[in-house]
Amino acid sequence: MLKLSLKKLDELFAAMAQSQALYIPADNGGQAQYLRWAPGMKMTAALNTVRSAKDFFFPQTEGLVNFKMTGKTIEVIDPRTEAEDFVVFGVRACDARSFSILDKVFLVDPVDTYYQNRREHGTIVTMACRQPEETCFCTSFGIDPTHPEGDAVCWMTDDALYFEAVTPKGEALKEKIASLFEESDDAAVKAQQAETKAVLDRLPLHTFTAEPLGGDVLMKVFDSPSWKSLSEACLGCGTCTFVCPTCQCYDVRDFDTGNGIQRFRCWDSCMYSDFTLMAHGNSRNSQVERFRQRFMHKLVYFPANNDGEYGCVGCGRCLAKCPISMNIVKVAKCLEGELK
Amino acid sequence: MQGMMIARAGELLENGTVTRVLGWQTGEFVYDITPAVFESAEELEKGFVYNSFCGNNLSKYLIQASRKEGKILVFLKPCDTYSFNQLIKEHRIVRENVYIIGIPCDGKTDGEFLKAKGVKGILGIREEGDNFVVDTLYGEKTIAREDALPERCRNCKSKKHMVYDELMGEEGEVLDSHRFDMVEKLEAMTPDERFAFWRSQLSRCIRCNACRNVCPACSCEKCVFDNPQSGIAQKAAADSFEENMFHIIRAFHVAGRCTDCGECSRVCPQNIPLHLLNRKFIKDIDTFYGEYQAGEDTESRAPLTNYTQEDVEPSIVYTRGGNN
Ligand code: SF4
Ligand code: SF4
Ligand code: SF4
Ligand code: SF4
Repeated sequence: MLKLSLKKLDELFAAMAQSQALYIPADNGGQAQYLRWAPGMKMTAALNTVRSAKDFFFPQTEGLVNFKMTGKTIEVIDPRTEAEDFVVFGVRACDARSFSILDKVFLVDPVDTYYQNRREHGTIVTMACRQPEETCFCTSFGIDPTHPEGDAVCWMTDDALYFEAVTPKGEALKEKIASLFEESDDAAVKAQQAETKAVLDRLPLHTFTAEPLGGDVLMKVFDSPSWKSLSEACLGCGTCTFVCPTCQCYDVRDFDTGNGIQRFRCWDSCMYSDFTLMAHGNSRNSQVERFRQRFMHKLVYFPANNDGEYGCVGCGRCLAKCPISMNIVKVAKCLEGELK
Repeated sequence: MQGMMIARAGELLENGTVTRVLGWQTGEFVYDITPAVFESAEELEKGFVYNSFCGNNLSKYLIQASRKEGKILVFLKPCDTYSFNQLIKEHRIVRENVYIIGIPCDGKTDGEFLKAKGVKGILGIREEGDNFVVDTLYGEKTIAREDALPERCRNCKSKKHMVYDELMGEEGEVLDSHRFDMVEKLEAMTPDERFAFWRSQLSRCIRCNACRNVCPACSCEKCVFDNPQSGIAQKAAADSFEENMFHIIRAFHVAGRCTDCGECSRVCPQNIPLHLLNRKFIKDIDTFYGEYQAGEDTESRAPLTNYTQEDVEPSIVYTRGGNN
């Protein structure tokens, strides 16, 4: 395991940023957000960013194809450029797991080459959690926040940063920065993990489990009378979907440039009224149906199609950000209560 | 207060005055409260709550709720009553189907706001005199109530209810707030500084539409931005121009109707001070057409939908130098 004094953190960032773009979670307007590192930029003290790290691979808007019209000819232009290599530093365990959930959607046949392109150029350096929030419930999905997944993993103590490469991408990064580090045993990391685990046991949601919804309960849950009251106050805003690291739905739209079309995709939300609007009309006409879709997808449909893996990583963003404080935990607990 | 509210709501359900009660429901944590409809004394006993975290303005829910059968009881804080009146003025709520109990309010905060103040891992909160004592995963923290309140409550415009059928607790007064101080600061900036300020704020927008959907003045059946037929529907801003336009169009559309309830800024996940846009309009309307507070009454003509010979001429833009 490698060790670096926190006094040298800026040097480390500079070294990482030398041959590729580096993004770190930093403060902007009172909120944490991934920003492109530039000398002088400090890491945020917040546990996690408001927007998740999915933006790096699945950005809110992305050009797909352009059509240019000259007279009677239409030229089809691929607007894609090879993504530059980049490192995302400080990704939490929950967000790190979200990438494998997104991979299950975008990297299965037919492969989404836009996503794949970005994925291939990104190196994920994760950061173990020390002070989880009361809204965290990643452990409910088998995630260990004291030892996240990633191309490389870091632990930060009061005075040092510990680094461990995991994948070939992580090893490649390690080679570039190893000269800054010294070799160290893992005693400090072990101690920190034990301390964090004691906190995890005291988290209010640490006994929460989505297990009962993963079984053969689809129609029963779908037909639950509780959807009506659960969704009653929902504003249909889409905040929950946009801050969620695993929400993956998008819309494809055309922008008329006057002499051509720019076709782009942008995040969409199942909470929106035109989400399922098709030529024949809309199959989900009420907020109850739209609301139900979001939770059924994460808790029931996704595990049914992906060997029991849930479409939620317990990051707690929707718990913190929903304007009416309705969220996946309240929904799951209510439905599970009915199944008992 | 909560006990009195539950008891009175129970009575009104019992004696048939109302069939449903619109209030706030407890959640997983002390602060994550959800607006909810209660239909029986048992439901009220089980989940009804009124505390310093009941910030949600319930008025907009009445657009739907008052069109259902039977009368609904709603608890409105002073600032919520302005929204209610404005919705009545716009013929959006069926007044006969609503029974209003006005309740006092001494400011509402939320979990996110406390976290922005450096509190981590909130487990519980006690109110002790002028302080919030927060029990957290990492020890106890005391925050003065004053510091724990967001802008809209620190600059409360009124503790007086504009409409009610029944009042609980003591009635307050319309207050002399400092709500235009920041607008004045923005006005004093150069156009370039002001543009930079707004770009740095609006560039964080993720177009989740929470501000629009929570806004009691945004009550169109179908918003142009959601309507594929409108030609300007958009789910994500393609560039900074579109990003600005969404907010500017929304601010114009609610001008003269926005009661300054502050819900837009409360719900924005990106912490954008949206109220400053609306307050600029309110301040200008006050200056150009005389003092006007949307939601104060249900009958008067609003300045922007009225005509008097004293109205400002468009040339005011030049008189002001086009700078503010
Ligand atoms: S659940 Fe909450 S965040 Fe999601 S759409 Fe409804 S109100 Fe918005
Ligand atoms: S559903 Fe909520 S808690 Fe789960 S991953 Fe999405 S934002 Fe996080
Ligand atoms: S959800 Fe888990 S990994 Fe994510 S921040 Fe919370 S404790 Fe850490
Ligand atoms: S609530 Fe905030 S982030 Fe969402 S659309 Fe409004 S301004 Fe943008």
